[in-house]
Amino acid sequence: MLLEIKNLHATVNGNEILKGIDLKIGLGEVHAIMGPNGSGKSTLAQVLAGRDVYAVTEGEVIYDGKNLLEMAPEDRARAGVFMAFQYPVEIPGVSNTYFLRAALNAIRKQRGEEELDAMDFLARIREKIKLLEMDETLMTRPVNEGFSGGEKKRNEIVQMAVLEPKLAILDETDSGLDIDALKIVASGVNAMRAKDRSIIVVTHYQRLLNYIVPDTVHVLSNGRIVKSGSKELALELEQKGYGWIEEPVGA
Amino acid sequence: MTTATETQIENYLRQYGEFEKKAKAPEWLRAIRREAMEAFAELGFPTLRHEDWKYTNVAAIKREEFEPVSSEAGEEHISAIRRRIQALTSELDGPRVVFVNGRYAAELTDVRGSGARIGTLGEALEKRPEAIEPYLARSADYRAHPFVALNTAFIGDGAWIEIPERTVVEKPIAVIHVAWPEGKPAAVYPRNLIVARRESQATVVEIYVGAEVPNYFTNAVTEAVAEENAVLEHVKAQLESERAFHIATATFHQARNSIVRSTTVTLGAALAREEPACVLDGEGGEATLNGLYVLAGTQHADSHTTLDHAKAHCGSREVYKGILEGKSTGVFNGKIIVRPDAQKTDSKQSNKNLLLSPDATINTKPQLEIWADDVKCTHGATIGQMDAEALFYMRSRGIGRKEARNLLVAAFANDVLDRINDAPLRESLKRHISARLAGKGD
Ligand SMILES: Nc1ncnc2c1ncn2[C@@H]1O[C@H](COP(=O)(O)OP(=O)(O)OP(=O)(O)O)[C@@H](O)[C@H]1O
Ligand SMILES: [Mg+2]
Repeated sequence: MLLEIKNLHATVNGNEILKGIDLKIGLGEVHAIMGPNGSGKSTLAQVLAGRDVYAVTEGEVIYDGKNLLEMAPEDRARAGVFMAFQYPVEIPGVSNTYFLRAALNAIRKQRGEEELDAMDFLARIREKIKLLEMDETLMTRPVNEGFSGGEKKRNEIVQMAVLEPKLAILDETDSGLDIDALKIVASGVNAMRAKDRSIIVVTHYQRLLNYIVPDTVHVLSNGRIVKSGSKELALELEQKGYGWIEEPVGA
Repeated sequence: MTTATETQIENYLRQYGEFEKKAKAPEWLRAIRREAMEAFAELGFPTLRHEDWKYTNVAAIKREEFEPVSSEAGEEHISAIRRRIQALTSELDGPRVVFVNGRYAAELTDVRGSGARIGTLGEALEKRPEAIEPYLARSADYRAHPFVALNTAFIGDGAWIEIPERTVVEKPIAVIHVAWPEGKPAAVYPRNLIVARRESQATVVEIYVGAEVPNYFTNAVTEAVAEENAVLEHVKAQLESERAFHIATATFHQARNSIVRSTTVTLGAALAREEPACVLDGEGGEATLNGLYVLAGTQHADSHTTLDHAKAHCGSREVYKGILEGKSTGVFNGKIIVRPDAQKTDSKQSNKNLLLSPDATINTKPQLEIWADDVKCTHGATIGQMDAEALFYMRSRGIGRKEARNLLVAAFANDVLDRINDAPLRESLKRHISARLAGKGD
């Protein structure tokens, strides 16, 4: 088991958003999390990445045998956790290349690997940039500044490809993409599928799951996982919406 | 009964009397110094009641009995100073002229082969006073400004730089003022004069540094003239030691079609005040005043800038940024004057501040005096904290908290430094400031 979430409760500004999440993800598995707007999907993703505006009030998260909630965000990243943001952040004045190299070197240092200089780094990312058909000039610009929505999402996937996490959480990386961009992003993600890597895909759209086929689909509603099933569940949700799913027994 | 203030002024009058006995000077300069001393005695030190000094309390300067440094710096100091200068300016390989405690230091100076005439005011006053008479004490108003008055009363030495007509000087000319007093609290009065002749181009960087102990007071005045179509790049780096006081005025008098770009970097001193002022006195001129202040602890720095549009069709740009930590306090007051003749003026001002601590404060104020009707003037000020989302984004990628913070703060500062055209000078300042930013905080 790579990730085990037990009875996770989280609040923001005193409002409880996550109301007891239980979720287990085995190594090498791909899980999809779907659910209505405001149900807490991003909150779950951000809590896993370590955003401190969310207060965990109950429960625990075991990642790779470690107590994830006790770790600083950078330590989680260095231990292999990666979250692609639903809304990637703009960082004026810091170049995309510089940023990504600093991130990779921080992670490599943790792994006991040598830091890469600018030349080695560029050689290494070139192929990932190609794979995601990303405009190379975006790498010299400040992080996400002035990027289109699609460019920001692709940039997240480039980062994932370069940082090679063990657990990738993709928060609506497919939202706001046209079908061509969606295929590119999906093939970028599929290229990352591996026996020793788990992926959580948060999405509103079944369409993505045609390209990134999940092992399991979960429905998150009002702060709880209310249903889990095979990939067919996504099709059902697409047709019927979320209304038919009742609160789980005993909730 | 004599008041404390009177005693202080008596002190300066006495020092002036002693200085005037020793210092050689042409009669016209003696007259100016005398008039300046009288002005200072009349004006006294400003208090918080003066509108222009509302947020900057100079009582600590007034209280201290600063004395001009009477002896030359000893051998052992010279080598320490040499190392210090070397560390600061290793990227710069242009000409440099160095002053220690307000006196020319020949052994630290190297001005060979630059294409510019680089000398000292002291020497010019002896050998060619007529060359500087038209410029000295013409722009910096000693009748109205107490610190300019005090500096003017003690005019003795400083840089005298002349860029000949149609000459382009490639490398930046460094003017380095070192305060290295021994024993008593010292006052230093650097006075610089820069004349860029018609169609010339040059970069001048003024650097102010000092010894850690004892405390001292640098009261500096620079007057610069840009003749028709001249381009003058100017950088002022105030890197004084922690306990120092630094009060400075820089005036730029601009003729038709001239370009002046000045960047003031304020890092040092316990109490600092910078007053750069451009007068656009010919049509088609362009003035840029940029600035960066990086403050920590209990530092206080005040940037009082003036862009004075006297003639039509001139542009001015101003970007000032501040980074404040600890209990530091900052002031930005950006005055823009558009005189009745200055139609078609195009002026933009911005002041952005990053407060890294809840105890740091900044007072920012634009001050527009517009007497013409067909003008474009915009201004804006912001005060913000560290961007928590950007910080988290970086940390979520594995970048440590401290490094992420340093990257964000350096990016904020570099927005000003990147506007400096000369690459070695720009990189030298960036390196210096990044190190400073990384060293402070937690
Ligand atoms: N930082 C925050 N401050 C205040 N409220 C928040 C914050 N983050 C989330 N919330 C609230 O928590 C609830 C869940 O939000 P969350 O973003 O986790 O939903 P989501 O399932 O990701 O929705 P979407 O599908 O629209 O992305 C919402 O009501 C939202 O307004
Ligand atoms: Mg969301």
